[in-house]
Amino acid sequence: MSSVARAWREFPGKYNLEGTKCENCGTIFFPKRDFCPKCRREGIGKMQKYKIQREGEVFSFSVIYEAPACNSALKPYAVAMVRTKDGVLVSGQLVDVELDKIVIGMPVRAVLRKLDEDGAAGVIHYGFKFTPIK
Amino acid sequence: MDVGIVSYGAYIPRYRIKPEEIGRMWGVDGKGMGKGLMIFQKSVPGIDEDVITISTEAARYMMARVPWVNPKEIGALYVGSESHPYAVKPTATIVSEAIEATPALTAADLEFACKAGTAGMQACMGMVASNMIKYGVAIGADTAQGAPGDALEFSASAGGAAFLIGSEKIIAKINKTLSFTTDTPDFWRREGQPYPLHGGRFTGDPAYFKHITSAGKMLLKEMGTTPKDYKYAIFHQPNGKFPTRVAGMLGFEQEQIDTGLLTPNIGNTYSGAVPLGLAAVLDKASPGDRIFITSYGSGAGSDAFDITVTDEIKNYQKNNAPTVEKVMENPVYVDYGLYTKFRGMIVMPGG
Ligand SMILES: [Zn+2]
Repeated sequence: MSSVARAWREFPGKYNLEGTKCENCGTIFFPKRDFCPKCRREGIGKMQKYKIQREGEVFSFSVIYEAPACNSALKPYAVAMVRTKDGVLVSGQLVDVELDKIVIGMPVRAVLRKLDEDGAAGVIHYGFKFTPIK
Repeated sequence: MDVGIVSYGAYIPRYRIKPEEIGRMWGVDGKGMGKGLMIFQKSVPGIDEDVITISTEAARYMMARVPWVNPKEIGALYVGSESHPYAVKPTATIVSEAIEATPALTAADLEFACKAGTAGMQACMGMVASNMIKYGVAIGADTAQGAPGDALEFSASAGGAAFLIGSEKIIAKINKTLSFTTDTPDFWRREGQPYPLHGGRFTGDPAYFKHITSAGKMLLKEMGTTPKDYKYAIFHQPNGKFPTRVAGMLGFEQEQIDTGLLTPNIGNTYSGAVPLGLAAVLDKASPGDRIFITSYGSGAGSDAFDITVTDEIKNYQKNNAPTVEKVMENPVYVDYGLYTKFRGMIVMPGG
């Protein structure tokens, strides 16, 4: 059950790209951090929830041909670093796209997809992936 | 108080399979089958898509068009489907979280074969009209499966649409809704069974046609209207032929149903069918246009609606999300092998 509880705590980030922002120096963190490594003690208590933009563009990407077991049915697939409209770099799978048509700078947006599931009887994990903008 | 549609959003997966490809697999004339059903391709969900992801996309598109609506003001969210990913654990909770409507709302999954989406619209309408809630969300979505080789395999497809029901800035007023329900065992699926069964020829006359014409006639009578009073009509569309026939039985013309008839291009999206048809009509509608709707769910029942598009549709930020036409653009065709993989029909080791 501990993995279910851990996944549950990550829902705001996984569903809605909720990270944190240091109110002291303005740095945005995703996934969220409770502590600003830049401000250290001065940043304590100044980390606020911050939802990053769902739209952005491909900053860099890689096509995966050898996948871990949980993703083996998806291969080959692309993983991209996306620079969101607020300038944050987020990595995630890039879906609904022809692998030979992915280019740096391509506009994409985060959508909710199934990430994996704990077998046929276990919980289904949902989270963001990126798709080209229609 | 006027109650109606404040916003809507539609989502259809990008993959398609053609009837000739399904026919090739089972040694039947798929092309002929498609012609008979008037279904020329059907949508297929991607390997990582299900009713939860489809509902979420539709609901997010719906919210994108009304940036002035605070999701925390949504007081109810219903997802109507016959393919909820969990037997126990509501789709509606995950969708509510994904559009940030939690925690002060009521949410539930509905099931009524192909009409659970319109049942949700009625529930939201009642709650808004009685001042229980400010906004309600009704979603109809499915990733329907027919048994391999069964006639249903040529039609059962995936997609959904979401509607925000409220009383402020409504783009379409619901003038009236009513239903016609009986115990008619034309189609069913038992708990734990992967595929539904149907009553063969029984599914037509005493089921689909009887319920839609009964509900439709009741609505025309109550409103004192005739088919000529409506610009558009949307009927449940298990295939491309039934809605044309039932429209004729009620006195509607083909041109009234064309805009909301999506099944020939995407198949039968079950709970998503009438909601998607309505979304396609609202994409094109102008102030004053009157819309006649009758859904159908096996088991069996029909919900009928009389709707008038308001002037507010001119201010509506429709361009903040793709139209149904746009969502259907650039489909990717898959063969039967990929189709079975996407649908999780291949038995994997340890699965
Ligand atoms: Zn800082």
